[in-house]
Amino acid sequence: MSDTTSTGSGAATPTRRQLIVGLVRYGMFIALALWLVAMSLASEYFLTPTNILNVMRQAAPVIIIGVGMTFVMATAGIDLSVGSTVALVSVLTAGWLALGLPAWVVLPLVLAVGAAVGMANGFIITLGVPAFVVTLAGLTSIRGFAFVYSDGYATPITDPVMIWIGRGDILGVNTPFAISIAVAVLGWFLLNRTRFGLHALATGGREEAARVMGLAINRIKILVYAMTGALAALAGIVVSARLSNGSPNSGVMLELEVIAATVLGGTSLFGGRATIAGTVVGALLIYFVRNGLNLLGVNPYWVQVVTGIILVVAVLMNTVLNQKVESWARAAGEDES
Amino acid sequence: MSANLIEMRNISKSFGAVTALSDVTLTLPHGSVLGLVGDNAAGKSTLMKVLAGAITPDRGKILIDGAPGRYSHPIGARDAGIEMIYQDFALVPDLTVAQNIFLGREIMRSVAGVPILDRKTMSARARELFAGLGLRVPSVTLPVVALSGGQQQAVAIARATAFNARLVIMDEPTANLGAPAIEKVRETITRLKENGVAVIIISHRLEDIFAIGDAMMVMKQGRVVGTRAVDDTENAEIVEMIVTGRDPRERTAVPA
Repeated sequence: MSDTTSTGSGAATPTRRQLIVGLVRYGMFIALALWLVAMSLASEYFLTPTNILNVMRQAAPVIIIGVGMTFVMATAGIDLSVGSTVALVSVLTAGWLALGLPAWVVLPLVLAVGAAVGMANGFIITLGVPAFVVTLAGLTSIRGFAFVYSDGYATPITDPVMIWIGRGDILGVNTPFAISIAVAVLGWFLLNRTRFGLHALATGGREEAARVMGLAINRIKILVYAMTGALAALAGIVVSARLSNGSPNSGVMLELEVIAATVLGGTSLFGGRATIAGTVVGALLIYFVRNGLNLLGVNPYWVQVVTGIILVVAVLMNTVLNQKVESWARAAGEDES
Repeated sequence: MSANLIEMRNISKSFGAVTALSDVTLTLPHGSVLGLVGDNAAGKSTLMKVLAGAITPDRGKILIDGAPGRYSHPIGARDAGIEMIYQDFALVPDLTVAQNIFLGREIMRSVAGVPILDRKTMSARARELFAGLGLRVPSVTLPVVALSGGQQQAVAIARATAFNARLVIMDEPTANLGAPAIEKVRETITRLKENGVAVIIISHRLEDIFAIGDAMMVMKQGRVVGTRAVDDTENAEIVEMIVTGRDPRERTAVPA
């Protein structure tokens, strides 16, 4: 653009600037890497394949639902009902398998239930009720359904397909984590390479602009909630399979972990900015921190405190600091050109 | 081909008890620049939103090139070659320049039967657009939020002209702009006109319309006060029409 930036300092400053912008933008990736290194030095049990794969298995449900939540937040929405959907799917799966229905019937059916629940959420939201209220109502009533259906009892699961989903592995990777990575890759593709992902981001970025550009905003909203509902159902299958039972108490507070992971990763609560890779890293960070502190023998109650502090610091970095640094870098860049 | 690109006939629109437009008729020849002026609440923006498909009128019809235009959606209007540049530009801040230009009309390519966004082609097309319009942005892959107000307007103009527009409607294009940016907008409008694109400008700044327009239409309280060719009127007459809501020539035309 300009022929005045030929001095030596002009070449060095942009590099340093890019470094600082990168440090802030990829802060969570760096934090995760640093934590992994620190924990490897602090505990001999941390960096073992068994431990690592175990943490990944624990994180799988949060990653799976987090992919959907990333889309919901891209549209400036939120879904508090996912933990309850996990419980509903858990009792339905166990109940229907106990009736003697084969897994290949039950699994598609419960995924459809999850999608239908999400679609209902999305539809009510398009009528103008805030997403927070709609899905908060979902949080209580869907778990209520789970209790009504199961009468409060857990049902054991013995189906071999379910056992494989919960405890088997694919090429040495446990099935839950393998499923979560497959979901994340598909989610990344959908968000970054397809019209649907772009329109979801546009809807959350500035709804009025998306509207006058003729985007089908209501359809997009219903789809992101339906997708999140279906993914919550998938997570419900994984959770029940791992525990070998269907319980109306499964997935309690899971919605908050999913939201925490998504926000930790850098997706904006206000819409328009979303990252699937960030969500995966956010989920892994939460579970590796918990695992590391456990291995160090830290009081588990402190783990909750630490998780909360990390969340606040991360949001601070993602919103305030990130914006400041990027506009600073931009201003500095414009001065030179 | 009809002599006029656009004819809006007897358009009326009410919002509840408020009559926003009553019996408005507008004629726009091909490739001409029309200034739409009037006080606040004169109905200028409402009339243009009707033309752009964002508002459906209660009565009246729109002829595009002599054929009735039937659309109830901005997409329909755009398919007919009518584009609107909103006062706030209607851009999505976190999307890139290229993504904004092609929003809703993305260029896709197919990989193994799956349609995916053809980002390379869209970026290349966006660069061509800016070059063709003589407008500049730092990069088409930068998010719009990183651009200055004038650059954001350039993006909105590029988007409006990206798909063979025959009419570009601009809502207050020179409001909130500095003198060099205003000059740039005037140049752009002149260039559009040279390319056979008609332009309707909603503006409070009469000097812009006198500088680059062919005609102006004055509105007040949802009605047309009068229409003038730019070289057949002067500032004082237009101001009088805006303020009084009456056409002085009609008054004198009535035999005393």
